[in-house]
Amino acid sequence: MSSQPVDTAQTAASGISASRSALEETRRFRSPLMDVVRQFSRNRMAVAGLVIVVLVTFTAALAPLLAPADPAVQQLDDKRMPPNSDYLLGADEFGRDILSRIIYGSRVALFVALVAVAIAMALGVSIGLVAGYTGGWLDSVIMRVADVMLAFPYLLLAIALVAALGAGIENTTLAVGIWATPSFVRVTRSQVLGIKHREFVTAARATGVPTLRLVLRYVLPNAIPPIIVFATLYMANAILLEAALSFLGLGVQPPQPSWGLMVADGRDYLRVAPHIATFPGIAIMIAVLGFNLMGDGLRDALDPTLRGRI
Amino acid sequence: MPRFVANRLLALIPVLLGIIFVTMLVMDLIPGDPVALMLGENARPEEVAALRAKLGLDSPLLVRYARYIVDVVQGDLGRSILSNRPVTAEIGDVFPHTLRLTLAAMVLAVVLGIASGVISAIRPGGWMDAGVRLLSLIGLSMPIFWLGLVLIYVFAYYLRLFPVGGTGTWRHLALPALALSAPSIGIVSRMTRSSMMEVMHEDYVRTARAKGLNSSSVILRHVLRTSLIPIITVVGLQFGQMMGGAVLTETVFAWPGLGRLTVLAIFARDYVLLQGCVLVFATSYVLINLAVDISYAYIDPRVRV
Repeated sequence: MSSQPVDTAQTAASGISASRSALEETRRFRSPLMDVVRQFSRNRMAVAGLVIVVLVTFTAALAPLLAPADPAVQQLDDKRMPPNSDYLLGADEFGRDILSRIIYGSRVALFVALVAVAIAMALGVSIGLVAGYTGGWLDSVIMRVADVMLAFPYLLLAIALVAALGAGIENTTLAVGIWATPSFVRVTRSQVLGIKHREFVTAARATGVPTLRLVLRYVLPNAIPPIIVFATLYMANAILLEAALSFLGLGVQPPQPSWGLMVADGRDYLRVAPHIATFPGIAIMIAVLGFNLMGDGLRDALDPTLRGRI
Repeated sequence: MPRFVANRLLALIPVLLGIIFVTMLVMDLIPGDPVALMLGENARPEEVAALRAKLGLDSPLLVRYARYIVDVVQGDLGRSILSNRPVTAEIGDVFPHTLRLTLAAMVLAVVLGIASGVISAIRPGGWMDAGVRLLSLIGLSMPIFWLGLVLIYVFAYYLRLFPVGGTGTWRHLALPALALSAPSIGIVSRMTRSSMMEVMHEDYVRTARAKGLNSSSVILRHVLRTSLIPIITVVGLQFGQMMGGAVLTETVFAWPGLGRLTVLAIFARDYVLLQGCVLVFATSYVLINLAVDISYAYIDPRVRV
C-alpha cells in the first residue's frame, strides 16, 4: 500500500488494476515460508500461544527488572501472608515474595526446557539421520535401543536417570534431554525414510554429491518441519517434566526458585495457605499451554497431514 | 491368530532384556556405595567387602546382569535393602493399589475423552467445540501433582466431600483417579475429534445420512466405529503416561501404590527395590501395548498380515 495521500476518485478508477498488481505481487513473492506465516497468523489459538511464549520469554529475560522483590529475601514476619498490596501473590512459608519467585522461576523452567530440547534435538536428529539414511544393521540396532528407551513409562526413565545422576539443575536438564532423545530419533528417521528415495536426492547422488553433503543439504532441510513441531511440543513436555521432578524433590534443589519445587513447598500448608501452592502451578500451566498452542499451530501451518500423528 | 500372538510375545523378550540392562546400567551410575550406606558410617571395610561379595556386587556388570536375568526368570527380584523382604513381596503388596487407580483413571479417560470428542466433532467450529478443545488443552497442560492439590483443597478441605488421602472406599479413589486422568482425557478427546473429522466426509457416511438414518445413529454406528483404531492406539499409550503419573498422584494422595514405593526406594537408595519397581512398571506397560496390538488384529484383520 502507498503511504502517499491519493485522490479518492483516482483510486476508485484504478481500483481494478491496482488490486490485480497487488495480486501479482503476492504471487511473485509467495514463498513457502510466507505461506506458513500466513497460515499460522490466521489461527487465533496459535497466535495466542505465540503471545504466551513471547511473554514468558520476556519475563525470564527481564526478571530483575520485573520482579518487585528479591526472590531470596526472607521476611519471616510476613510468612504465609495471603495476597495483598505488598505481596501481590502472597508470601511463602519463609516470607519470600511469591510473584518474584514465579518471575525468577521462569528462568529455571525455560533454561531446563530449552537446553534439554536442544540436547534431544542435536542427539536425536543426528542419530535419526544416520539410522534412516544408512539403514541395514546399524538402523536395526539404533531402533531397538530407541524402542527399549520408549518402553519405559513416561517419567520413569527420567526418574531413574536423576536418581542415578543426582539432583540439581544440570542433571535434571540432562535427564530430560535423554528422556526426549528417542522420540526425536524416531521422527527424524521416519522423515528421512520418506525423503531418501525421492528423485531430487537420487539426482544429486547421481551427479556425485558426497554423502555427508547430500544428507545435510538435501535430506535434512526437507525433514525439518515435523522436527520443529516436535521440538515446540516437547518444550511443553520438558517444562512439565522438570516441574514434576522438582516437585518430587529429585530435580532442581532449593533455594533455586523452580515452579515445581514451589508447589511442593506449598503442599504442607495447603489447608492454611493454599495460595503458596496455587500460583506456581498456574504459572506452569500457562507456560505449558503456550507451547502446546504454538506447537499445534505450527503443525497445522507446516504440515496439516501430521494432525493426529504428532 | 494364535501365531500372531505368539510372534508378538516372542518379540517382547529382547525388549524386556533391554529394559533390564538399561535399568542396571543406570543403577550402576548411582554415586556412592549402596553397601556402605546400608551398614552405616561405623562399618569396617572388611564388613563392607563381605556384604558386597554376598550381594554379588563385586562382579562386573555383565555377570550381574546374567545372574539377575536367571533370578528374574525364576520369579526372584532380590531382597529389598531397606526392609530385607523379598522385592516381589514388597511389590505384590502395593501393585493392586496402583492397578486399581490406573484402571479407574483409564475408565474416566475413555468415557469422558470419547464423549467430549464426539460432542466436539458433531459441530466443528461451534462454541461447544471451542469449549471442549480449550478444556482438553488445559487438561493436558496442567501438572497433575498440582491438580491433585487443588482437588484436595476444594473437595476435601473446603467442601469436605472426599477424604484427603489413603485408600479403602470409592471415595478415596475418586480424587486421585480424576487427577491422574486429566491429561489423558484431553488427549483422548483431541484424538477422537480429529479421527472422527477424517471419517465424517467419507462417501458411506453421506450415504447413511442420505438414506435417512438419524444423525445420532450415523455418528455412533458409522463414524465413531470406524475412527476407533487411532483412538485405541492413543488409549494404549495413555497407560504409559498414567503409570508415570501414578508416581506423582500417589505421592500427593498418600496412595500406597507402586509409584510411591518407587519414590521411597529412590530416597532410601534401595537400588534392588528400585530396579524391581522400574522393571514391573516397564513390563506392565509393554504388556498393555501388546494387548492393544492384539486388539487391533481383532478389530481390523488387515493388521494380522
